[in-house]
Amino acid sequence: MANFYNDNENLKFHLTHPLMEKIVKLKEKNYTEMEHHDYAPLDLEDALDSYDKVLEIIGEISGDIVGPNAESVDHDGPQLIDNEVIYAKGTQENYDALVKAGLIGMSLPREYGGLNFPIVPYVMSGEIVSRADAGFANIWGLQDCAETIHEFGSEEIKNEYLPRFNKGATAAMDLTEPDAGSDLQAVQLKATLDQQTGIWYLDGVKRFITNGDADISLVLARSEANTSDARGLSLFVYDRTHRAVKIRRIENKLGIKGSPTCELVFKNAPAKLIGDTKLGLIKYVMSLMNSARLGVGAQSVGIAEAAWREALKYAQEREQFGKAIIRYPAVYEMITNMKVKTDAIRTLLYETARFVDIYKAYTFAGHDRKLEQSEREESKYYLKLADVFTPLLKLFSSEYCNQIAYDALQIHGGTGYMKDFPVERIFRDARITTIYEGTSQLQVVAAIRGVGNGAYLKALQAYGAIEVKPELQYMKSVLGKMTEQFGKTAEKVNEFEDNEYLDFHARRLVEMAGNTIMGYLLLHDANRSDVYTKSADIFIRMARAENIAKVGFINQSHPKDLGAYKQV
Amino acid sequence: MSFRIIVLAKQVPDTRNVGKDAMKADGTVNRAALPAIFNPEDLNALELALRIKDQRKDCEVIVLTMGPFRAAEIVREAMYRGADRGYLITDRKFAGSDTLATSYAISLAVKKLEPYNLVISGRQAIDGDTAQVGPQTAEKLNIPQVTYAEEIPEVTDTHIVIKRRLELGIETVKAPMPLAITVHSSAPDCRQRVAKLLMKYKHARTVTELQNETKDYTELYNQRPYLQIDEWTVDDLHADVEMLGLSGSPTKVKKIENVVFAHKDSKVMTSSDEDINNLMKDLIESHVIG
Repeated sequence: MANFYNDNENLKFHLTHPLMEKIVKLKEKNYTEMEHHDYAPLDLEDALDSYDKVLEIIGEISGDIVGPNAESVDHDGPQLIDNEVIYAKGTQENYDALVKAGLIGMSLPREYGGLNFPIVPYVMSGEIVSRADAGFANIWGLQDCAETIHEFGSEEIKNEYLPRFNKGATAAMDLTEPDAGSDLQAVQLKATLDQQTGIWYLDGVKRFITNGDADISLVLARSEANTSDARGLSLFVYDRTHRAVKIRRIENKLGIKGSPTCELVFKNAPAKLIGDTKLGLIKYVMSLMNSARLGVGAQSVGIAEAAWREALKYAQEREQFGKAIIRYPAVYEMITNMKVKTDAIRTLLYETARFVDIYKAYTFAGHDRKLEQSEREESKYYLKLADVFTPLLKLFSSEYCNQIAYDALQIHGGTGYMKDFPVERIFRDARITTIYEGTSQLQVVAAIRGVGNGAYLKALQAYGAIEVKPELQYMKSVLGKMTEQFGKTAEKVNEFEDNEYLDFHARRLVEMAGNTIMGYLLLHDANRSDVYTKSADIFIRMARAENIAKVGFINQSHPKDLGAYKQV
Repeated sequence: MSFRIIVLAKQVPDTRNVGKDAMKADGTVNRAALPAIFNPEDLNALELALRIKDQRKDCEVIVLTMGPFRAAEIVREAMYRGADRGYLITDRKFAGSDTLATSYAISLAVKKLEPYNLVISGRQAIDGDTAQVGPQTAEKLNIPQVTYAEEIPEVTDTHIVIKRRLELGIETVKAPMPLAITVHSSAPDCRQRVAKLLMKYKHARTVTELQNETKDYTELYNQRPYLQIDEWTVDDLHADVEMLGLSGSPTKVKKIENVVFAHKDSKVMTSSDEDINNLMKDLIESHVIG
């Protein structure tokens, strides 16, 4: 009888953010959809109520079905039988329940059978499912592929594939290959066009493909012969019913064991082109990856929430030296920091989701009508923010969720190292988040642009201009100083005009920006609800101390020091 | 002709997770302290009905509930899961009804929905645990009944096959229709609410509920008549008032006792042959084994 939505007030708080008014109005085309669809909202209040109630269903399925199945799914895992991936029994039960409740294709428009939800409640569903079972959250989250087909596919492809999602079709994004992991420009899988029929045929190998035996797969392939870079790559959609893919094996992984990771061999597999040739990686996969990174952000927050709840429960129950261990400073500090960090990455998650929501809503509105000048500018503004916030979110949420899972296991002591408590699984599941959909190191590569072009500084200054209650003013002034310190330090590193030196300090600079941004977001949360005052206060203390340490390190370094690090 | 199933469902206080304020000092249930929920076995009954609807295009599932105004929530909850519509039987004159008076009122409502094929309800409600309303309703309707249903493997236009969960096994019976069925908790759990149905029906209201709404729904209800949940009163059912409420209820509560469970006397046994022999003797004497 658990409900992972209702038992977490933070979710309702973020769902009712003031910016939702703009998002929902755009998404619902000024509430005109109700003329054609009996489940479309009448107004903002009605829409928010629908999100709330539908998330309640997801919370119930997560609490009553997905969560209780997590242990057996982790143990059983998927199987490969007769070239078919058979999900663990619990995985299939989870998916069936979500399909029957009509929840797949949450963000798709109603004309394709979707629920037309904004990104914010969709991302929230990812967090909720992930708290129950992070491995299963991958299968749930791959409905992102529908979004990519919707955004870039032709009318024919949209009509053929999109209505299948709400009926339960599963999806996969087939990008990586044995020699093309982080470096997707090196993709080799070949796509050949049959000029007569207009059908493309795919040949080659894909590796580490989550849910590789899905009904609908998006495949990145080289359509341009004699090319070797990103400009020769296009995106295709492959339908499983063609049965032209051999599944070589399912990987045996450290964590997220319920999520089948496959090695695939495409043999003359018929496929359809998404959008235009040569834009596969440059445009479509970049967009898909951004959604996937948001998805990992949600997954990380879900794991963090699960880990800190397990830790809190254990610390309250476990007694040593005559009292519950949570009463010792060494333990209560850990527990509190876990909670504060979870609040921090959650607020970053939903802020990023809102930015994505607004620019996407404008993009789709632009398909139907000509946007006003002011709308185009606004769309561009939020797109820029989404671009620099997404890598920041992926970096911080995944790193924090690992720290939180690590501490949660630590709090369990020896017991946590055994399979008897869920924390052992959570710890293993967390580990992948800093690796897939772009490692932390690659997120820094993406994010450092935001340091260089001043995007973070601008965002921070805009946050700094927002007034807060007098009793919160002290935090605002600390954050103002941190902003200044970040700007100066970035400038100082850039003064050397040495790219390698900038790369060397990139993570430190990006983290300084991120610490300050999350500080502001928590401060604004506190301004809206007292519940967050404590988290804001503790986080800002922690962030300030961390940033001071980073500045200390940077100030002591010089480009010539890099040599010492290269000698190992 | 359609295949009509009437599901009887009751809103009950959630007695599964009771706190210390669950009972009043006089020994009656403190309804205010307990959340109102869909009676669990009625959800099993709804699931069996919806499974028939999954198979038959001509099937119509109607939910019928009796209770105060707020029990309209049961009708909505059923529609979120796939029921086509529902009715709320509500009237102050029903207050104090025992199972006999209740089944009288329900049977009148079921008759208003003739012709029907099945009347399905949970075996019993978790507040009273009598298991009487289903069978009594069948008697008043003068139709056959099958109790403790767990599964319905076959439904045709003329008969239905039902697996019954009994103490020592499962009995499979074949029955004609119209038929009343009560469903056991071992039947499949009810499906989740369906997102689109929830959003479609969440504005469904009874007339009484509409009067308490701050928003004006007149236009919406003209466009979407299916949002109207009908309320049936004593007059609508043409019921004999004498057979309702306290006057229609022969059950009189004589006394309510608060029972405090305590540990019974315990016996300590060792693993010695003598103790084990004595235990076996006791068990055989008390017919626990043998």
